[in-house]
Amino acid sequence: MTTLAIPEHVSRQLAATPKAQLVDMLYQMLLGRRYEEKCAEMYALQKIGGFCHLYIGQEAVAIGALSTLRPDDLIITAYREHVHALVKGCDPGRVMAELFGRRDGVSRGKGGSMHLFDKEKGMLGGHGIVGGHIPLATGTAFAAKYQQKEYVTLCFFGEAAVNIGTFHESLNMAALWKLPVVYIVENNRFGMGTAIERSSAIYDVAQRACAYDMASETVDGMDVLAVRDVIGRAVDLARRESQPTLIEARCYRFMGHSMSDPVHGHYRTKEEVEGHKQQDPIKQYFEHLKAAGLATQALLEELDQKARAVTEQAVQFAEASPEPSADELYQDVYAEPYGPFTRSEQ
Amino acid sequence: MALITYRDALNQALREELRRDPTVFLMGEEVGVYQGAYKVSKGLLQEFGPQRIVDTPITEEGFAGVGVGAAMAGLRPIIEMMTWNFSLVAIDQIVNGAAKMLYMSGGQFKIPMVFRGPGGAAHQLAAQHSQSLEAWYASVPGLKVVAPSTPYDAKGLLKSAIRDDDPVIFMEGETLYGSKGEVPDEEYTIPLGVTDVKRRGTDVTVVAWSKMVTVALKAAETLAAEGISCEVIDPRTLRPLDDGPILESVRKTNRCVILEEGWPYAGVSAQIAYQVQQGAFGDLDAPIARVTGLDVPMPYAKNLEHMVMPSPARLIAAVREVLYLD
Repeated sequence: MTTLAIPEHVSRQLAATPKAQLVDMLYQMLLGRRYEEKCAEMYALQKIGGFCHLYIGQEAVAIGALSTLRPDDLIITAYREHVHALVKGCDPGRVMAELFGRRDGVSRGKGGSMHLFDKEKGMLGGHGIVGGHIPLATGTAFAAKYQQKEYVTLCFFGEAAVNIGTFHESLNMAALWKLPVVYIVENNRFGMGTAIERSSAIYDVAQRACAYDMASETVDGMDVLAVRDVIGRAVDLARRESQPTLIEARCYRFMGHSMSDPVHGHYRTKEEVEGHKQQDPIKQYFEHLKAAGLATQALLEELDQKARAVTEQAVQFAEASPEPSADELYQDVYAEPYGPFTRSEQ
Repeated sequence: MALITYRDALNQALREELRRDPTVFLMGEEVGVYQGAYKVSKGLLQEFGPQRIVDTPITEEGFAGVGVGAAMAGLRPIIEMMTWNFSLVAIDQIVNGAAKMLYMSGGQFKIPMVFRGPGGAAHQLAAQHSQSLEAWYASVPGLKVVAPSTPYDAKGLLKSAIRDDDPVIFMEGETLYGSKGEVPDEEYTIPLGVTDVKRRGTDVTVVAWSKMVTVALKAAETLAAEGISCEVIDPRTLRPLDDGPILESVRKTNRCVILEEGWPYAGVSAQIAYQVQQGAFGDLDAPIARVTGLDVPMPYAKNLEHMVMPSPARLIAAVREVLYLD
């Protein structure tokens, strides 16, 4: 039997983080996993429609990053965001109701899988155009500075988004104006089916920050404590010095791009996917906790049961929620009441 | 009342609203140090400082999105497009972001912001700098579109647009900036979505907005000398469109000509024509006529440009046509 050296960031985070929070992070990861597995099931049953992008395999990024936040901090994400929403505090039942297109959904059934919003929890979507939301995060950070408030914005997007103009426009402004924002690239290696080597002129995404004289770090996105460690520093920098950071979290999605896509096929092999599954972020984290005497197999099972139960309750809540009524169709097109466009259309 | 330019009327509106509400800020290219590419923001940096009068890099999509994000976080951004032509690189933020946020968030995120700047052709600026894009934006639910024709309207409508809780596309007439008109000394606002009658008449209804109102009024003057009385109606807001006064006028005149600087295909005038025939079909004594920019990219050559732009002569011909005079 060999004993692996414990990485420095792991011992540092295990020592610095309250045990209850460490355990809660394990629970959040399990909840994210079970919830997404249930989403796949519900999609197959056609309870969930449209595009549905699952997060399985990437849990360490959202859970590690969000573990560093205060409740008043904001997050803005792309469309693979169910787990970000749950971890930011959105009610699992209301998220599932949204996926089902029901009235009690977080976005009242108007948004769906790609547009989860919860203003009270600081969840600012859920955006479907690759890179389109990056300037929004720059804008909320601008607003924080304008209003002299201390909240920080975390902006999540995939590595494919770093090739679109909004990424560069946003990083330039954030660095120029010193805005309290952390841009987190969830580099899961594939923009749909295009590997990063086939889409980006440079492999190290974090290096792109150099062009804007911005702080940056690369982190193992399968290691939740490493993510927490690195994002924690970036959030501090944003909050204390109003400086942006670009973080590249290297991770891997175990599922297809969306529910319409195969897990493997033309663009990656089954062996590659299975190989990455050996680095399962939940298993890794559990091993760290167990080695430190902070978790047992029994605890893992207990948390897993809880995650399964909460997911099941979420489905029941969604099932019970009514469809939006027809009179909600024209609601919220504008802030004031609005009806069909012209008299003659009525 | 004071006789001031359209530019100064807009400047007054910005200044008054910036004073009134600390969450209002102006952002765009050259709005601060340079005092505005068209001097609409003249003096604002000196009064409000660089935090509220924000010069940006040339990065329209980026700062349009910054505006949307700032609006989500509770501010009231005014985003200046140096001209509306440049908004085409920002249209994702306007259409997919600003216009849809309230709806797709189930009513949680209002976007109280104004995108403003000059639109339409000026003189020999050629194809990429001479566009009237109101039809593009007016087709999008979630946006409001305003295109004022006079200093009085410009000031009152811009103040309302800034106070409005929805994203407003505010299209100023590039060649109207130097035009003058009476503006009250005391504060006033003009509600969005209220059509105005610019000239009373009895024989034919002419609908026009922004600088086409000037063309309409000129033509109306000439036609008056021939004994033809035009009623010139300015919707001012193209979305939501207050079509009541247009229909009322058509019921009286039984004839309608719609003037639009932009392209004819799927233009705002096509929408108005639809609404007029739908609402006043029985009152029409002639098919509705349109006078629009011609269906080509704007050419540079002066003579060709003149051919493209709607003119009083073309409007007069259309009026005579609906009156069966030729």
